[in-house]
Amino acid sequence: MTIRRTWIWLTYLVFALLLIAPLVKIVLGAWENGIQGLIDGLTRPEALHALMMTGIIVVVVTIINTGFGIMLALYLVRAQWIGPRMKRLLNSIVDLPFAVSPVIGGLMIVLLLGPQTVIGALFEDAGLKIVYALPGMILATLFVTFPIMVREVMPVLQEIGAQQEEAASTLGAYSWYTFWKVTWPSIRWGVIYGVVLTVARSLGEFGAVLVVSGNIMNKTQTATTLVYQDVENFNVVAANGIALVLAAFSVGLLLLMEWAKKRKEVH
Amino acid sequence: MHIEVRNLNKSFGDFHAVKDVSFDIEKGKLIGLLGPSGGGKTSILRMLAGLETPTSGDIVFHGQRVNDLPPQERGIGFVFQNYALFKHMSVYDNIAFGLKVKKQTKEQIRERVMYLVELTGLKGFEHRYPHQLSGGQRQRVAFARALAPEPQLLLLDEPFAAIDAKIRTELRTWLKEMIERLGITSIFVTHDQDEAIEVADEIMIISKGRLEQKGSPWDIYKNPETPFVASFIGESSIVENLSELRGFEDASNVAGTKALIRPEYIEIGRAGEIKLASASMPAVVKHLHFRGSEWMVELAVGDTKLITYRSLEKEVLHPGEEVNVLVHRAYLFNDQTSWVLENPLKVDPMPIHI
Amino acid sequence: MNAMFRGRGWSFGFRTAIILYFICLIVLPIFGIYTQSFSLGWMPFWESVSDPLAWKAVLLTVKLAVIATLINMALGTMIGWVLIRYRFPGRSFLNSLVDLPFALPTAVGGLLILLLLGPNSLVGSLASSVGIEIVFHEPAIVIAMLFVTFPFVIRAIQPLLEELDKSEEEASYTLGASKAKTFFSVILPTMLPGILSGAMLAFSRGLAEFGAVVLVAGNIPGKTLVASVYIFGEIESNNPQGAAAVSVMLLTLSFLILWLVNVLQARRTGA
Repeated sequence: MTIRRTWIWLTYLVFALLLIAPLVKIVLGAWENGIQGLIDGLTRPEALHALMMTGIIVVVVTIINTGFGIMLALYLVRAQWIGPRMKRLLNSIVDLPFAVSPVIGGLMIVLLLGPQTVIGALFEDAGLKIVYALPGMILATLFVTFPIMVREVMPVLQEIGAQQEEAASTLGAYSWYTFWKVTWPSIRWGVIYGVVLTVARSLGEFGAVLVVSGNIMNKTQTATTLVYQDVENFNVVAANGIALVLAAFSVGLLLLMEWAKKRKEVH
Repeated sequence: MHIEVRNLNKSFGDFHAVKDVSFDIEKGKLIGLLGPSGGGKTSILRMLAGLETPTSGDIVFHGQRVNDLPPQERGIGFVFQNYALFKHMSVYDNIAFGLKVKKQTKEQIRERVMYLVELTGLKGFEHRYPHQLSGGQRQRVAFARALAPEPQLLLLDEPFAAIDAKIRTELRTWLKEMIERLGITSIFVTHDQDEAIEVADEIMIISKGRLEQKGSPWDIYKNPETPFVASFIGESSIVENLSELRGFEDASNVAGTKALIRPEYIEIGRAGEIKLASASMPAVVKHLHFRGSEWMVELAVGDTKLITYRSLEKEVLHPGEEVNVLVHRAYLFNDQTSWVLENPLKVDPMPIHI
Repeated sequence: MNAMFRGRGWSFGFRTAIILYFICLIVLPIFGIYTQSFSLGWMPFWESVSDPLAWKAVLLTVKLAVIATLINMALGTMIGWVLIRYRFPGRSFLNSLVDLPFALPTAVGGLLILLLLGPNSLVGSLASSVGIEIVFHEPAIVIAMLFVTFPFVIRAIQPLLEELDKSEEEASYTLGASKAKTFFSVILPTMLPGILSGAMLAFSRGLAEFGAVVLVAGNIPGKTLVASVYIFGEIESNNPQGAAAVSVMLLTLSFLILWLVNVLQARRTGA
């Protein structure tokens, strides 16, 4: 019994030091200069702009990767037009972004689409700036978050099997109808969980975005890169304000995650 | 629907699952596809449904080749082994699914679903979900769902496999009656010979991807065309040394000929109990097993083992006892051919040894 | 589903679009970075890689990631065990909190470490008075890596522990094994694949970590400059060639680990 109690106390200690203390600190720290200091930090034009950029990226990335992620998961689990060996290969490629440092992810996009490359110059002539602009930042975040949805949906699809969908097809239903009426209700909670994770990851993405965006204030700065810049400029209190907003979102997402996970287990 | 299948083949990679299968099915017949597990029955059924694409061969419904039609357009109903009910839909919505796809009016759907609910004895369960039903009820829902869009052909994959042995027999009779009443051409897959014999109008025996024999249950029982069919249908003992079997000695002239003898072909009795004593031979009772309604008797004739049954009404035998045995007929086979042989001594018009 | 995408004219275009998206987004960039780093031939690549600052950064990253991973294996095993096996007040709260580092932006994580352990903080000043420097030195980097990789080991062993049949343990007791013996010969082998694959993931994440580390490391070349920050510096100083070369080293290492994780998992599922 005493051994057990020691273990439990140790666990609490690790959590307190590693997770709870930082959370408390961030809430307290943001108030260091009073509520006014916090509001000032947050209502700076660059802060508002940065939060807006982050918002745009999160929304666009989540929508695109949810759609493509579900489709790719469907293909990797069900499609018969991909041979089994090809499937295995694609399946292992899906994970690659998890193994790539975000900075490298950003670098790849700069190298491929930067202003001095062929493709980048082509786009620039057409009036579309990719690197050091929003499209590049979205691309970088898409790259980093791509595996999340696929990895959430694939196991659910594998578990429910193809029989219900086959039954629907023998009853005369075509692809879209089958997907919405039969497949979707089963994978719904997995998708929602994937969406929450994608939002969390794209909200917090830093390295890739920093490299691709050039971190230009009021133009390509996101919430996380602003925190970085504030810290570099020794403006810790202002950084704290933004960090508090981000942390609040994260905790909210964490609660959503828990909820989605429970629903996923029920269904 | 009249169904024709010509030279159907299916390979999965290196595995040749279905080998050159051809058959015809008349309209309104109830067919059982019978054979050991993994023999290709389900692949044939899935190709008929359009869920699998044949490697080669033709599938013809009503004179029209349907190979390239997707399952949606074949006019079939399919009952899956584990039913594959839509688990997030109520019984009502499950049955209504195929009708909603056809964009029927709410009124039409309601009428058809309620008719089927009544027909399948599910009244009162319309609003339950699949996980709230028993195995038998789920099977009925799957059946009703497949029937709802009025298919021309009903395909059932091991329809009774997931059901308790006790209610299985009951459900079999119910299904047979139901299909007869609706007059719909149906094919079901099973690995249980009792089930096939009891339910089907005609049986097709499939083994290792080949169609071994097609015919009525009685035909198949009486005249098995291949050694596999003979050994698969009914119980039997294989006799290698034919010279030990009285009446069948001549058959051993062709080297390699073996006999397959069903328990019900064997008459057993104490001295005097068998009328055609001339055709009988002595044997020793090895073991007796009580089988609920009769005795199963293991016999030894020389080195050959035979199995037969004996009524409980007759005197009880004992292990070690000497008895007389008459083999009425045997299914004989060798590498070239196979035939059924009646015991010639039995029918000899002028028996010499009186 | 095989039938789901069949029979429509545009299904072919649809498939192509999905696969193309996949290839353009994932395969092309990775392919691109490998070609870029060798674009000027072997020699410039070799020069970039053999730059002492470059390989020192990579070595430092590997060393610190190994330390962080080892600590994580120990902590993660303990916490995973406690959270699954013991019932105590606050258990489900702690269990939800495990995922916090996944939800929290890494830059925020770095900022927090800076605030808590920085020179002006209580812990920071205490440590420096006894001569230990945390922030802008190696310990801070390890702590940052520890923080961002915290959930991996825990989440990898929890399903295994849940699956472990209590009767296996009880069988061991009835056969006369002590508690410690049972733990080491019955429970630990069950958890081991999870610990290993969780550790691999944590290690590869530690290698790749940038956001949390860049804020707390001193970024002094050759001393506290980790690989990802080195790459960032090369990009900033307009040397994509050098950045790509070091990236290729780091990537190859990460892919190797990912492959190992896959092998481990394949063996576990018996596939």
